Amino acid sequence: MRKLISIMISVTLTLLLVGGTAWAGKPSVGFVYVGPVGDGGWTHAHDLGRKALEAAGHETSYVESVPEGDSERVIRKMARKHDIVFTTSFGYMDPTLKVAKQYPDKTFLHCSGFKQGKNMGNYFGRMYQAKYLAAMIGAGMSKKGRIGIVGSQPIPEIIRHINAITLGAQQVNPNIEVEVLWINSWFDPAKESDAAQALIDNGADVIVTMADSAATVQTSKKNGVYAIGNDTDMAIYGKEAHLTAAIWNWDVYYLAAVKAVENGTWKPGSDWWGLDSGIVGLTSFHPDVPQALIVQMNREKGRILSGATDVFDHGFTKQDGTRVTKALSDGEMLGMSYYVKGIISKAPSS
Amino acid sequence: MEFFIQILIAAVVMGTPLLFATLGGVISERAGVINLGMEGLMLVGALVAFVVMLNTENYFYAVAAAALASGLVSIIHGVVCLMLRASQIASGLALTFFGTGLSGLFGDKLMGETVEPLSRIPIPGLHAIPVLGPVLFNHDVLVYFSYVCVGLSWWLLYKTRLGLNIRSMGEAPEVCDSLGLSVMAYRFFAVIAGGMLIGIGGAYFPLALTPFWVDGITGGRGWIAVALVIFAFWDPVKALGGAYLFGLALALELRLQILGIDISPYFLKMLPFVLTILVLTLVTIRNNRRGIQVMPAALGKVFFRGEKH
Repeated sequence: MRKLISIMISVTLTLLLVGGTAWAGKPSVGFVYVGPVGDGGWTHAHDLGRKALEAAGHETSYVESVPEGDSERVIRKMARKHDIVFTTSFGYMDPTLKVAKQYPDKTFLHCSGFKQGKNMGNYFGRMYQAKYLAAMIGAGMSKKGRIGIVGSQPIPEIIRHINAITLGAQQVNPNIEVEVLWINSWFDPAKESDAAQALIDNGADVIVTMADSAATVQTSKKNGVYAIGNDTDMAIYGKEAHLTAAIWNWDVYYLAAVKAVENGTWKPGSDWWGLDSGIVGLTSFHPDVPQALIVQMNREKGRILSGATDVFDHGFTKQDGTRVTKALSDGEMLGMSYYVKGIISKAPSS
Repeated sequence: MEFFIQILIAAVVMGTPLLFATLGGVISERAGVINLGMEGLMLVGALVAFVVMLNTENYFYAVAAAALASGLVSIIHGVVCLMLRASQIASGLALTFFGTGLSGLFGDKLMGETVEPLSRIPIPGLHAIPVLGPVLFNHDVLVYFSYVCVGLSWWLLYKTRLGLNIRSMGEAPEVCDSLGLSVMAYRFFAVIAGGMLIGIGGAYFPLALTPFWVDGITGGRGWIAVALVIFAFWDPVKALGGAYLFGLALALELRLQILGIDISPYFLKMLPFVLTILVLTLVTIRNNRRGIQVMPAALGKVFFRGEKH
């Protein structure tokens, strides 16, 4: 990744020397969000990235809580106003592509999808790597050897994360049991809380959430068990329970992507950045986490950073008992619909 | 058995905010005023309850302030559809957008703040009854208050002169008017009283279920309550059963997964609404045969004083 960036920089400099397309003033940037910026999770994390652009001197604006089905007109409005438009939900993919064709001189970047155009690229981060590491901490802190996961929407991305959590947990405790409950929603605090309660009632003593609010952290605190946060640092909602959180640092990507557009070096492509770029990471740990566990986790983190390993490349067993021995391709990871062994719940059928 | 009881406990907990809101809707609609603004009113109640709780750490103040705030916002609904005689449907929808936006705007600064949730207080004696005890009598004080509200609403609507007049306003306002009763005053009373109960339903979220503020904390429960008012046939006691039934549907979606029972979540999600349509259809057919009307006859109709029929 570093190499890529240095190539990008040298190409940029060359282009500038030969009189490439330098921007008159900094490009302005628009964001389309699926949730409210106050969700304390997914959208909040993107908005922190937007603020970083603002701090870097870019003019920005955003529209929040845009329903996926009604996003096209919002995206079009942003395209008229801004040079670059980021659309940050899977369901914005087709509308973004459509608007991108209508505004060929603007740049569009869509988060978590797979379609591209002449002036549209997509981007995402390898969150499963951070989840995998966070789960090592979780498994080490579970006395009952049972992790409960509050699942959001049963789509391949979340199933991938759940599998990564299970594999990470098994690094520390090979016999760990993982139970999953789907709330079938990205955001429903009361139900997230009820799901956490049901998992705790059923024996879990570490709760990992895939949903957007901090409700599960609160419920874990109330029950005296541990929790792992999602997307942003959720420790403020219950530091007694919060072990760590796997978080997004979108500023890393937004600054680089906008810079590339500004310098005229941007090309449509699919950016799937990993732990090494800093786009995903972990927050600081609960004081109860023993140093030895952190050392063990850091060793695995070092192996991921150096490229010696990735989560799904050193073989694992599926829930049905079939053994996967070769490393998964990005395509296989993006379409994951089965559980790995160690998860005691049934995989969603739809 | 333990698992079964946990499901029922969750059904009561999830059903409680629905129950408050439904009671509020019943009182308002019994007087002939449809309230589609429940989601907005609940959010206003939730925000105000959280802010007051944060600053005073007093549950009573928090609940009272939530009721007061939602009552005040309901006055807008009253002014628009009673005094200005605009469409109740449009005004209610506008109220939802207003409440959602208002709570989002003022809630912006509250991220990361938390309050101590209400604790469970078992009722001495009663909580030891097998099954019923843990399910009904080992809850926080707002759940008990919701029981009281069911009783009070029933008593108010069916056993007092005030309630008789409120119900009459929903059936035949022109008759009430000719008897010298102020349609405006009674309907305003019902809209505000209903709004206060809906606000308490909203307050249940930050005070008990999820003790922090997050935008859209009610998760769309206000819309379920809108359906519940119809499902309960505008009756406070049926509202109790309906709210817990819908609460059970919410609780089951998660617990069925634990049991490994494979039911489509989308089916469970639409269940409250399908049930509402189904029950409404069946009972309307039956009632039409017998010539009884369950729905308040003047519901949603604009009342013009002195209009000839």
